[in-house]
Amino acid sequence: MRALVAAATCLVLLAACEREQRRFAEVAPSAGRPDMVRLSPLTPGGAAPAASPRGPYGENAWAVSEGKRLFQAYNCNGCHANGGGGMGPPLMDAKWLYGSEPENVYATIVEGRPNGMPAFGGKIPDQQLWELVAYVRSMSGLLRADVRPSRDDHMQVMESEQARRPQPPTSATPPGAEPRR
Amino acid sequence: MSVPARALEIAHEPVDRESLARIWGQPPGLVGWLTSANHKSVSIRYMITAFGFFALGGVLAAIMRLQLAWPDMHVVGPDLYNQIFTMHGSTMMFLFAVPIMEAVGTYIVPLMIGTRNVAFPRMNNFGYWIFLIGGLMVWVAFVLNIGPDAGWFAYVPLAGPGYSPGKRVDIWAQLITFTEIAALVAAVEIIVTTFKLRCPGMALHRMPLFVWAMLVTAFMVIFAMPAIMVASTMLAMDRLVDTHFFNPAEGGDPLLWQHLFWFFGHPEVYIIFIPATGFVSTIVSTFARRPIFGYTAMVLSLVATGFLGFGLWVHHMFATGLPQLGASFFTAASMMIAIPSGIQVFCWLATLRSGRLVMRAPLLYCCGFIAIFVAGGLTGVMQASVPFDRQVHDTYFVVAHFHYVLIGGAVFPLLGAILYWLPKFSGRMPSERLGRWSFAVLFVGFNLTFFPMHLLGLGGMPRRVYTYLPETGWATGNLLASIGAAILAIGFVIFLVNVVRTLTRGAPAGDNPWGASTLEWATTSPPPPYNFAYIPTVDDHDALWSATDRPVVTGLRDDVREILVSDAIDATPDHRQHLDGGSIWPFLTAVGAGIGIITAIFTPWGVTIGAILCAITLTGWFWPRGEPSGEARTSA
Amino acid sequence: MLVAFSLAGCSGLPVLDGGGAAGDRIAGHWRLHLWIALVVLIGVVVFLLDAMRRRATGAAGVLRPDAASERRLTVGVSVAVGLTAVALLVLLVASVATGRSLGILGAETPAVTIEITGRQWWWDVTYWDPVPAHQMRTANEIHIPVGQTVLVKLASPDVIHSFWVPALNGKQDLIPSRKNTIAIKADRAGTFAGQCAEYCGLQHAHMRLLIVAEPPEAFQAWLQAQRQPATPPASALAQRGHDVFVGGSCVLCHAIVGTEAAARTGPDLTHLASRAMLAAGTLPNTPGHLAGWIVDPQSVKPGTRMPANSLGADDLQALLAYLGGLR
Repeated sequence: MRALVAAATCLVLLAACEREQRRFAEVAPSAGRPDMVRLSPLTPGGAAPAASPRGPYGENAWAVSEGKRLFQAYNCNGCHANGGGGMGPPLMDAKWLYGSEPENVYATIVEGRPNGMPAFGGKIPDQQLWELVAYVRSMSGLLRADVRPSRDDHMQVMESEQARRPQPPTSATPPGAEPRR
Repeated sequence: MSVPARALEIAHEPVDRESLARIWGQPPGLVGWLTSANHKSVSIRYMITAFGFFALGGVLAAIMRLQLAWPDMHVVGPDLYNQIFTMHGSTMMFLFAVPIMEAVGTYIVPLMIGTRNVAFPRMNNFGYWIFLIGGLMVWVAFVLNIGPDAGWFAYVPLAGPGYSPGKRVDIWAQLITFTEIAALVAAVEIIVTTFKLRCPGMALHRMPLFVWAMLVTAFMVIFAMPAIMVASTMLAMDRLVDTHFFNPAEGGDPLLWQHLFWFFGHPEVYIIFIPATGFVSTIVSTFARRPIFGYTAMVLSLVATGFLGFGLWVHHMFATGLPQLGASFFTAASMMIAIPSGIQVFCWLATLRSGRLVMRAPLLYCCGFIAIFVAGGLTGVMQASVPFDRQVHDTYFVVAHFHYVLIGGAVFPLLGAILYWLPKFSGRMPSERLGRWSFAVLFVGFNLTFFPMHLLGLGGMPRRVYTYLPETGWATGNLLASIGAAILAIGFVIFLVNVVRTLTRGAPAGDNPWGASTLEWATTSPPPPYNFAYIPTVDDHDALWSATDRPVVTGLRDDVREILVSDAIDATPDHRQHLDGGSIWPFLTAVGAGIGIITAIFTPWGVTIGAILCAITLTGWFWPRGEPSGEARTSA
Repeated sequence: MLVAFSLAGCSGLPVLDGGGAAGDRIAGHWRLHLWIALVVLIGVVVFLLDAMRRRATGAAGVLRPDAASERRLTVGVSVAVGLTAVALLVLLVASVATGRSLGILGAETPAVTIEITGRQWWWDVTYWDPVPAHQMRTANEIHIPVGQTVLVKLASPDVIHSFWVPALNGKQDLIPSRKNTIAIKADRAGTFAGQCAEYCGLQHAHMRLLIVAEPPEAFQAWLQAQRQPATPPASALAQRGHDVFVGGSCVLCHAIVGTEAAARTGPDLTHLASRAMLAAGTLPNTPGHLAGWIVDPQSVKPGTRMPANSLGADDLQALLAYLGGLR
């Protein structure tokens, strides 16, 4: 029992630490980068480490808020309209056309998608890409509430990311990844 | 129904001192700690805790001086530096300056007015635990890298939801909640104690100046603190539940924050400074061996400062673009407050000049205070002027100014007061030599640290910068300041050594080693749990100098906790009142409130949880238990 | 200490050694304060030291002051308080008068109007002109004509900043949703440093700006030059640099008039090479510093919005060649 409490405390504290980190200059981890397409199950040495389930910044409030800033700066709003969708699909709902995992979102931003999503690979530095990934996932509540952004100093058109009810993804796997028949 | 004082003044009837000590004391060990209803042990704990936070804040200051000693240093980065200066300011203001003044107040005031305890001893204990929980919360958060980083003033929108992600600022906002509850509790305590528990004869015009100072301070706390509690709660709500108090796009206003903050923030300075004037008046009078010159003028100055202190807040906002007429009004008010302060300084000087000075360390601290405080006050008058303030606002000139008035104006008198009352606290005498050395080192270190900052400010160095470029020409001044900071630190260490040495092997002090005039010296050192075996009576504000063989009050029971309640103006005895004893419930209430407040950082449900826990614990606290023995409250 | 204070009264500190009438008036007003303050401080300290010197004479025990000496003290204290009140009144009148004269200076018809937007952590500058095509956008370096009043309109889209050029005038806050203005005027040519004076986050320390005051003709020439679109790349290397700029990540935030780069998130770089400093007054504008800034800005200004850019050596050289040609 005591061990359990201690472990829980440590976890809470570690989570707090990660939430509050401000990492200004770092190379985002390459593990699990989706642009690395494998055509063979064989790898030299051991298998690459599994990617973090929430992406490198999925628990970092600072990075998520930077992602939110970049989302406006890079005019993602132009098509996705604060996540509500317009010319592009909405990002705050449960429906994910190309997968909701961080790697999927990363691939969508880097590679672009048919019918209008530009490929931002080579334009946006890697760290900022992962910050955007984290923010995009926060819009439908896939991140913890204390990591998601609160309201900003603009007209409030919808409730803030933090206040949204989490929308568990209805289709979590990208279409291409489905097993072939 | 009131009873004439004479009716209670009978010849000394023997009281059972052991019984008194038993019922007014606290049980030994941890239980006693958690349940104590003795104002002296709670205050001592309060003082030690506050000085602990002072030391932590000092360490932060040392790190900042190290970082700024030379251009482009890399001791800490901007992220940590911002947390450090925010923690330094918040710790010094909220966890040191106000609590230490109130702690000394709750120790000394009941003794000075000749009563057995504060008016609400359980609430006193509750206030301490709330303060401790708040202080621990913010420091644990700081160690975990959740330290607040938006400055101790937390201006929105920087501190708002859009620019301070994470929970750092929420920790700050809740720190405010904790410390303000503690401050309000202590203020209520002091006001009721001074108004209702004074010994017979101590009419308002015979109250010692220190009691007056604490009374004015307590009233200022009651009027100033709600502003900041409202503001910090609005900030927390903006951040947690998406309200729009400070969002201009939805009809809020970022300047609203500044008005609310400084409506508290400026009186806060006087909340720190006025108790210090009480220390100085007490010490100067004792060592000049004469009653303070101009008692009435001093009291009126204190009250005037208390009122004027609320009319100046806008001088922190001259650069925000206010209409010139409004700004001129606040210029006039800011200059006007120099008059009551001037009256006090001149009265102290007159007292010193006409007295028979006994030069001891506490008096040295007060003399140092006068010199430094006058310098700081004069730079303050400079900043009351709008054109000049718009040059030096938010520069190191201001940093120099407020350290002159806060360290010079409050910490120096405080250190003097600690040395002065240490014999009373501990029953042992501090070393005069170490006292003088610590004063000399602190005085030199202080001026070397903060004087160059005036010039840095005039040289264009803004506050709250984590580094600066070599070509700015600020290196020399900063290096001097950093050297001064090291000397200052040595001075504090000498002071600490003196205190420790006093506690371990100081010479026995006796009841009244300084030959002072106020009632706390009429009992033993350290005072017994019941303070006075017989409640004294007085006929002058310098009670012990005016007459020997004053009659004392008898008739208070020695087998239950009973105090004498008197009239608020004339202090004529009114009735005897039973006072609550120690209880675990105040501690549990503090824990319950603490859980609620901390949970409210993460979820609005924290308010509900806290309310439920407080309801349970307060029910326990106030559960009627009947009177402890036989006779119920005896109203004469 | 007092000596240092008096020295400060005549040394070359920017607040006191102004470059314009406003700064001079404030400095003059402060000197009045300083002299009064010195008299008061010296008076108090001398009196205090004298009182401390006359210690413990005569019998021990508590002094019972007699009425005559108390009356003398009362007179003394009353005179001192009266003098204090008079001095404060003088200072109050002087302060209001200085404020009024500054107001009159600021109300002169401006020769140039500049809109400054404070951003985390740089200054976005637009020279206003009734002809939209003549409006010009630059960053962190402001040229003004000597002897002419310049009206600065201040705005902030993010947090509160404060515009402060100590040699020219006091500071004025930039507050979201509020429109503030300040007038500046330089009476001599020179370069004056300015700095954000309200804590605005991580890089508040490195949010500096330069004011270059030059004769009106030189100013007009500068303004004309700045209004032109960017110089086209002069060499093949610079052309490749141009391609790196618009084809890489730079184009997402920066604008260079005359190219496809038109983003307004970061500073306008149309005439980058004409500026003296980089990164809001943090680095001198040399190719080496520029290269370091592009590749690793976070070690210079940790937290800055400029991301690290991993460019190949030849791409970087080309980019430097292109940016170095943007005069």
